[in-house]
Amino acid sequence: MPANLSARLCSLLLSLFLIAFALPAFAGPFEDAVAKFANDDYSDTEEAIGVVASSGNALAFPIISALQDGRLMADPDSKKVYVTGADGKSIDAATGQAVASVPDSASAVRLNNRLRRGVDAAVGALTLMSPDVTTRIQAAQSVFKSHEESALDAVNTALSKETNKSAKAALGDARAAILLFKSDATEVEKLEAVATIKAHGDQEALAMLTGIGSDQPASVTTAAASAIASIQSSLAIWSTVQNAWYGLSLGSVLLLAAIGLAITFGVMGVINMAHGEMVMIGAYVTFVVQEVIRTRYPALFDYSLLIAVPLAFVVAGALGVLIERSIIRFLYGRPLETLLATWGLSLVLQQAVRTMFGPTNREVGNPSWMSGAFELGHITITYNRLWILVFTLAVFAILLAMLRYTALGLEMRAVTQNRRMAASMGIATSRVDALTFGLGSGIAGIAGVALSQIDNVSPNLGQSYIIDSFMVVVFGGVGNLWGTLVGAFTLGIANKFLEPVAGAVLGKIAILVLIILFIQKRPRGLFALKGRAVEA
Amino acid sequence: MLNKSTHDIAASFSRRGVLAATAGLMLGLASISGAKAADDTIKVGVLHSLSGTMAISETTLKDTILFLIDEQNKKGGVNGKKLEAVVVDPASDWPRFAEKARELITKDKVAVVFGCWTSVSRKSVLPVFKELNSILFYPVQYEGEESERNVFYTGAAPNQQAIPAVDYLMKDEKVKRWVLAGTDYVYPRTTNKILEAYLKSKGVAQEDIMINYTPFGHSDWQTIVADIKKFGSAGKKTAVVSTINGDANVPFYKELGNQGIKAKDIPVVAFSVGEEELAGIDAKPLVGHLAAWNYFQSIKSPENEKFIKAWQAYTKNPKRVTNDPMEAHVIGFDMWVKAVEKVKSTDADKVIDALPGIEAKNLTGGTSKMLPNHHITKPVFIGEIKANGQFDVVWKTPGLVAGDAWSKELEGSKDLVGDWVGKKCGNFNTKTNKCLGSGS
Repeated sequence: MPANLSARLCSLLLSLFLIAFALPAFAGPFEDAVAKFANDDYSDTEEAIGVVASSGNALAFPIISALQDGRLMADPDSKKVYVTGADGKSIDAATGQAVASVPDSASAVRLNNRLRRGVDAAVGALTLMSPDVTTRIQAAQSVFKSHEESALDAVNTALSKETNKSAKAALGDARAAILLFKSDATEVEKLEAVATIKAHGDQEALAMLTGIGSDQPASVTTAAASAIASIQSSLAIWSTVQNAWYGLSLGSVLLLAAIGLAITFGVMGVINMAHGEMVMIGAYVTFVVQEVIRTRYPALFDYSLLIAVPLAFVVAGALGVLIERSIIRFLYGRPLETLLATWGLSLVLQQAVRTMFGPTNREVGNPSWMSGAFELGHITITYNRLWILVFTLAVFAILLAMLRYTALGLEMRAVTQNRRMAASMGIATSRVDALTFGLGSGIAGIAGVALSQIDNVSPNLGQSYIIDSFMVVVFGGVGNLWGTLVGAFTLGIANKFLEPVAGAVLGKIAILVLIILFIQKRPRGLFALKGRAVEA
Repeated sequence: MLNKSTHDIAASFSRRGVLAATAGLMLGLASISGAKAADDTIKVGVLHSLSGTMAISETTLKDTILFLIDEQNKKGGVNGKKLEAVVVDPASDWPRFAEKARELITKDKVAVVFGCWTSVSRKSVLPVFKELNSILFYPVQYEGEESERNVFYTGAAPNQQAIPAVDYLMKDEKVKRWVLAGTDYVYPRTTNKILEAYLKSKGVAQEDIMINYTPFGHSDWQTIVADIKKFGSAGKKTAVVSTINGDANVPFYKELGNQGIKAKDIPVVAFSVGEEELAGIDAKPLVGHLAAWNYFQSIKSPENEKFIKAWQAYTKNPKRVTNDPMEAHVIGFDMWVKAVEKVKSTDADKVIDALPGIEAKNLTGGTSKMLPNHHITKPVFIGEIKANGQFDVVWKTPGLVAGDAWSKELEGSKDLVGDWVGKKCGNFNTKTNKCLGSGS
């Protein structure tokens, strides 16, 4: 490998050059501090961060930001430290000289949580004057979080030069946070700081105001107390909004899991205990799709779910048709046997998947557009939950339209309402049965794709949803898709408003008890079907 | 591939649905016992769930014992006899654990059983092992408050995992506020009771402790994570001590990551999350969260490197991870072999008496010892999750910690000791100098 050889030669020459000329000229507190990164000792690293961050050296920012991203490599043998860039180029951290390659014995400098906080604060202080607005705002936010006194001068200078409005506000918050904890700040400054932080108004502000301690002037303490009360009352209102959102989100998951069952059980009347396994198979299809993408076409990863949805529908749907043809069609009108057969089938499917893919969880990643969260007012909305809600409603709408406007939908409704008359009109009822069951299973498969984003992908995935799915369908009213929709969201929201009061375990029990009572009163669920179809 | 195989299974069904159901049941219950009797072998029972909820964790342990037996047989077996594994599947069903244990001891006449994961399965087989006087090696960290003559506990007792973890957070992370989150069953409840008593003895106020339980397999963590966030915004450093059970962890950590709770703000230290569990998660958002164990795959020691290499070769999977309960089985198996070689017999009474005092190398470079209370000495490590799903050890106890069968933090148990050597008693009260016996 000549390229490698020449690179090594190059680095050798370079290090010779450095040893010969550079080192004597450069050795100083900064270089000593940088060398400490190679000791692999947390307290040495902490010391080094402090010295490097406050050194004013042009290399300080590249070093600290590399440390933050795990790009700072240290060689324990030669005690040399390197900054590797995203483009594969590396420099010697002590001198800033480019090096051809980092030795194999070098490994990334390790951090623990305490050091990570220190690094964040240092990066914040170092990037307050960055030309990029978003970087400046992020820097101000991390200074706000760490409120290190040492950053005050930097914040003040940055504030005087700042022209962007939101960056200015963020810097103002950061300054207020520092002043609030600065022991020798004047009372006026502190009162102003309390007012600024009160306007910030979120949980972080609350944490800060609660944590100021008792050694403050009386006026500051009272101002802080009233600020705390006002933030708390506004957050209480937000928490109701948040509960409602969580309820909608849980409802959408319930709906998604139940919607396929609403077809197989609700419309066809088949007690399908293997419904959960169709969901699981959908999730495993997602896993297989992602696995293929990871190994062959890594660039497509963000589209993996879009590819998985139709595939999961086809795989689970085909399996559904197969199950209907080979088992269920012999058992129409015999609910007990159907229940046993499909339950046995669910065990078979679970064990089959366990044998094929192993009993452990499989990793299904979130595409970038489904990771993270955004703040809406004072509530946090996570993207994966939001997309699942949107996706569920879309699936619901498509399914409804399909039943309403397509020929197959018409035939399905005809067969389920009056099988004999439909047959007399020339509809191939057994074909329609198979397709309906396939449709329900296919939709369960799609649900699996979405649920793989929030739950384990393991052979047991389906089991955790089967009870909930039946609950939703029965509660909403068997045979009515709208009932399933309303039922799912009602249960979701009720659960989320009960959970903070009663706890997750009791909340779930309370919901079950409420449903039992409700079913006593209205045995056919929320939206009971009326007419002859019911008696048939 | 998925489609084809499931097709085969569905196609092989008989026309009768009931038969199909039975077929399904049979598959679930099927046991793979190779019950060929031969006098020149010693039989070793393996009682781990290979189907059902717990298969996710227990299957690996079954493989571990098979691997260890294989290795031992390569060395010529024990006392000149080859070892033979008898594997049964209790299918994550607690009463079936007792049934299968009885079958192993009476029908297959095994000399020793390695098995169980959940505390409830252990409690379910206890009477069987006592009645038939056999030996069980239990490899999982558990809530303590037990010391039985027929059971050897090679996993961690609370003072070998939970208490050191809390100590670490208190000293190194300066944590002042605590969320004790767990799944609603006996291990988290007892551990949290011990931790609560311990925290209070260290001066933590009641309002700084939040205890939260969730059902098995809980998947909607939005409210609880938001609560933790709220609890953490009281101006004091907050940490979560998690005894959340395997399956519920993935959605829990996903929600933490998505709601932006970083380890540097609110660290989570887990007692049930290891390399196996992380293999199913994208670990990048979890970097910095902690776990406390007595073993990590990433620990560098000649024993560990040798073990990992042999294990990956045995399973023919170069990416196969190792974890803490596996190490417990390695130690337990080694101790059993040594005890059997010492007394030159597999007689249960002789082996039980020989085991206390037996030493075996653990995989982290130390030597663990079986104590009179049937627990072992272990080192305790705190590891930080790395982006590749492995752990980076950030702290460890200076030496080995002796396992306490009875917690020193709880009112009812602090005077009790287990001593099967001198006192021949699992719950000896040192205050009243009386053995409570099995009645307590």
